[in-house]
Amino acid sequence: MANVNIKINNREYSVPAGISILEAARLAGVEIPTLCYLKEVNEIGACRICVVEVKGARSLVAACVFPVAEGMEVQTNSPKVIASRKTTLELLLSTHKKECLSCVRSGNCELQKLCKDYGIEDAHRFDGFRPKYEIDASASHMYRDDEKCILCRRCVAVCNKNQAVGVIGANDRGIDTHIASPYEMPLNSTSCVSCGQCITACPTGALSERDDTQKVFDAINDPEKFVVVQTAPATRVGLGEEFGYPMGSIVTGKMVAALRRLGFDKVFDTNFSADLTIMEEATEFLQRFTKKENLPLITSCSPGWIKFCEFYYPEMIPHLSSCKSPMGMFGATAKTYYADKMGIAPEKIFSVAIMPCTAKKFEAERHDHSAIKGIPDIDAVLTTRELARMIKKQGILFNALPDEEYDAPFGLGSGAGTIFGATGGVMEAALRTAYETLTGESLNDENINFTDVRGTQGIKEATYNIAGNEVRVAVASGLANAKKVLDMVKSGEKTYDFIEIMACPGGCVNGGGQPIQPASVRNNVDIRAERAAGLYRDDIGLPVRKSHENPDIKQIYKEFYGEPGSHKAHECLHTGYTVRKKY
Amino acid sequence: MYRAHVLVCGGTGCTSSHSPEIIDALNEELKAKGLENEVQVVRTGCFGLCSNGPIMIVYPEGCFYSQVKVEDVPEIVEEHLLKGRIVKRLLYSETLTQEEIKPLNQTNFYKKQRRVALRNCGVIDPENIEEYIAVDGYQALAKCLTELTPEDVIKIVSDSGLRGRGGGGFPTGRKWSFTAANKADQKYVVCNADEGDPGAFMDRSVLEGDPHCIIEAMAICGYATGATEGYVYVRAEYPIAVKRLEKAIEDAKAYGLLGKNIFDSGFDFDLHVRLGAGAFVCGEETALMTSIEGNRGEPRPRPPYPAVSGLFAKPTTENNVETFANIPQIVLNGPEFFNTIGTETSKGTKVFALGGKINNTGLVEIPMGTTLREIVEDIGGGIPNGRKFKAAQTGGPSGGCIPEKFLDTPMDYDSLLKIGAMVGSGGLIIMDDTSCMVDIAKFFLKFTVDESCGKCTPCRVGTRRLLEILEKITDGKGTMEDLDTMEALCYYIKDNSLCGLGQTAPNPVLSSYRHFKEEYIAHVRDKKCPAGVCKNLVQITIDPEKCKGCSACSRKCPVGAISGKIKEPFVIDQSKCIKCGVCIETCRFDAISRK
Repeated sequence: MANVNIKINNREYSVPAGISILEAARLAGVEIPTLCYLKEVNEIGACRICVVEVKGARSLVAACVFPVAEGMEVQTNSPKVIASRKTTLELLLSTHKKECLSCVRSGNCELQKLCKDYGIEDAHRFDGFRPKYEIDASASHMYRDDEKCILCRRCVAVCNKNQAVGVIGANDRGIDTHIASPYEMPLNSTSCVSCGQCITACPTGALSERDDTQKVFDAINDPEKFVVVQTAPATRVGLGEEFGYPMGSIVTGKMVAALRRLGFDKVFDTNFSADLTIMEEATEFLQRFTKKENLPLITSCSPGWIKFCEFYYPEMIPHLSSCKSPMGMFGATAKTYYADKMGIAPEKIFSVAIMPCTAKKFEAERHDHSAIKGIPDIDAVLTTRELARMIKKQGILFNALPDEEYDAPFGLGSGAGTIFGATGGVMEAALRTAYETLTGESLNDENINFTDVRGTQGIKEATYNIAGNEVRVAVASGLANAKKVLDMVKSGEKTYDFIEIMACPGGCVNGGGQPIQPASVRNNVDIRAERAAGLYRDDIGLPVRKSHENPDIKQIYKEFYGEPGSHKAHECLHTGYTVRKKY
Repeated sequence: MYRAHVLVCGGTGCTSSHSPEIIDALNEELKAKGLENEVQVVRTGCFGLCSNGPIMIVYPEGCFYSQVKVEDVPEIVEEHLLKGRIVKRLLYSETLTQEEIKPLNQTNFYKKQRRVALRNCGVIDPENIEEYIAVDGYQALAKCLTELTPEDVIKIVSDSGLRGRGGGGFPTGRKWSFTAANKADQKYVVCNADEGDPGAFMDRSVLEGDPHCIIEAMAICGYATGATEGYVYVRAEYPIAVKRLEKAIEDAKAYGLLGKNIFDSGFDFDLHVRLGAGAFVCGEETALMTSIEGNRGEPRPRPPYPAVSGLFAKPTTENNVETFANIPQIVLNGPEFFNTIGTETSKGTKVFALGGKINNTGLVEIPMGTTLREIVEDIGGGIPNGRKFKAAQTGGPSGGCIPEKFLDTPMDYDSLLKIGAMVGSGGLIIMDDTSCMVDIAKFFLKFTVDESCGKCTPCRVGTRRLLEILEKITDGKGTMEDLDTMEALCYYIKDNSLCGLGQTAPNPVLSSYRHFKEEYIAHVRDKKCPAGVCKNLVQITIDPEKCKGCSACSRKCPVGAISGKIKEPFVIDQSKCIKCGVCIETCRFDAISRK
């Protein structure tokens, strides 16, 4: 597109036509503050923090949505602009709970940062009527405190646009406007899928994960409990952000060391059970593929996706893999095989999962298919953020920790397991195993990378010729993309054999439980790509890169499960699904 | 052929005061007297002089009966329709002169009016398409489709000088040309009938009294701009308007005046009605379109403008009812018909809804540029009870007040803007010296605070804080610093709000502060409400010199605040008094006053 000539703060620039003043200013090296703006997701010009003066305009304009035009003269920091932003912040504060001392987002709150930047000295200047709301703690994965909400609607936009769920929106009007579900229903009565994308979009502490850290501290402090912990693939490239590491840094060793210092009895790796998942799921796929039964097979690792399927596409349930998620498989194995091996009563094992995900909290509460009746596979799920909170609370100097190894026998995971954390990773891991199983040939460093299914695009497709068979695969991340793929499958427009679906855009690296990056970062850096790059680096560096070559996996089948898809495996590692009513 | 016609107003005002029962009674009575084939009863739209409703006009004499009751019907039928004797006691007093019955258009209320938008209101039966056709209805559309190109139509509208009557005053022809210039597979015409300003009801009256003229105008707009589909967004609180509009659309379809291949010209135009659920903000054009799309009615940022990306993201022309109501006349009679009325920059006529402290409340359509004084003193018949004019509020909650010194200001877009007021949608509320300007500003602001959609911060929170400052002032707790904060907050809200609702919300405060600053200061510094309205700032006291100690007031006081001994002066306990004023009305000795 052609360029236009504009002036920003009296300096001349040539910028692409059609971009917003906000983007143009950034090209000119000027950062305009934002609150409601989330690039390509929430462009509604509502909060008015980004207002700027445009010569000739009747009033101030919102830089986030106002396009540049030839000859435009913009002032981003005039006294009028600064005074206006300050008043906007003071007005927002007048309806804000201001519990900043203990707020979960203190130090990582976009409102707090702006108030500091703009020197808001009197946080009570416009105090007046402030609507009161009950905290909605009904859901198993999160809290909503509307008294901390600034009505930026980023949560509403991600729920609607990215996730095609749309169970929250603005209710009432004027100063009583608040974000809630239709008819003020508690969140757990809606068809919320627990993905937690709203939480990571929230600029303040209005939305947060349910905090289960105390439950875990209590278990650790209980001498009767044997507390084991597993860490999901994506946590190792997320946790570092909480301690100042660059995005995508691999901090596996330090995370293991920190968990030991927190007092966990054993520290295991979910990458191991990801490999186990591949063994089961690749087998399931090959069985269905041979029989042409219930194709496409759709992955079942993402509990947000599973809940979405149960609510919105119950007719697709037969297509879901019956495999539990890696977390679930680990939990089941720990309370059966491991308990037996170690001579510990299963009920004494307290199994904790560190996950990049809030829906995992919900998944852990689906007791219907636990390996041992009456005993949950998983006792507590902590998000990456909660783990960081525990480490900080206990005064563990994360950055100074040595790198440590996971415990045996579930400490070894393959590169295939680690890439589960990025969109396309499960597909690639399954393809590595399926390819070698079908062809009997070994993949080498050249052809082990199924790059067609990598990358942050919402929908990816590929067709592979494996031992004379055409395998048509699709990968979708973000539920709005999943919806598109499913609708195409349902209408017959597309035919696939195997589909990977992850609820969160970009997969688990961008999960609802990962460290929260402010919009100022998200609008300019693709955090999905940065974190995924860490996982792919991890994959290359690991000695074993295929699930079926993981020696611990071979061992457990030898000792306990027999072979993939065995009766024992079905008892422990597989599950079932329920049709859920939307309201 | 009928020898007489009885026109009875079927507008919302007269309907509320039982005009349907009057029509029923008329028909029964006529039948009983065997006159049903000689006299025709017609239910029309609004005549405008609502304060005198229910209104009835009997032709051929043109007798204007006002405040007719059902009980008057037998007398009207017996005396006037049967025996030809006019029922003088029911005649609108001004039309009853010594020598003759004065024609309506020579009365003070009507003689300065010029009816273009309202020309068929009170004249035809709005539910009968043939009556509309009989007064040149659909002639303008026929002319467009058979003789004019879309460019010709836009030129006529542009040359007429017509500007948007909904508040903005944007040139209509230019608006149409923007949409026409955009290529798209689908374009829309939207009629904004979400009239929400307190007191304004001209759009309702047009829809109730002349719905076909809106249909015709929208089809013309569709032809001119390349749109084949239209939506009328009308408040659900206007049931009569909705019913008549829906019937009119049905009839127009049945007559081939809507639908496919109108007048065999190849032009298709279809029309839908959408009901608003009562949010004031849905009168804002982008919020209105968002609402039609099925979403919560909230404004969206512009650009993109509706002419580029409007309803369902397609190029859209949106005009309000009154704007459209002018179109058929302009097309039919040429732009000169219209641009010779009015002032240099404000052409044609404007309908105002006259209300408040004025003798003739109702709808008036006047040439642009008529002075406020003419409206108040001549058309409106002055202020009741001989009180003094204090100010007029134009443009409802988005507008401002006009003080007495500007009574000779011409009522047109630019003159009003110059003095801090606006034409707006045409609400015109007259206030006398018993009105407190701070209280009035608070009233209008309260309205916008309640109606804020809650999307942007300045409007959602800012207007509320502004209201809280005004409440503090009228409660007698205001400080001089509060006045500064109030003013600064007003300008902040104007500069920072997302849509017109927020940007204009502070206008009533700003304009009253500009023209009546001393009244604000009296509230703050002297803790006095000069008009005696703000309850916390007035005291009701008994003058011991005048009080005879009769105890009448104390017996009427609803809260037992007055006590005393018979034949000695009574006193009011200020801590109990609720300032209702019953004692003042009760006292026969003029001993009690409010200060």
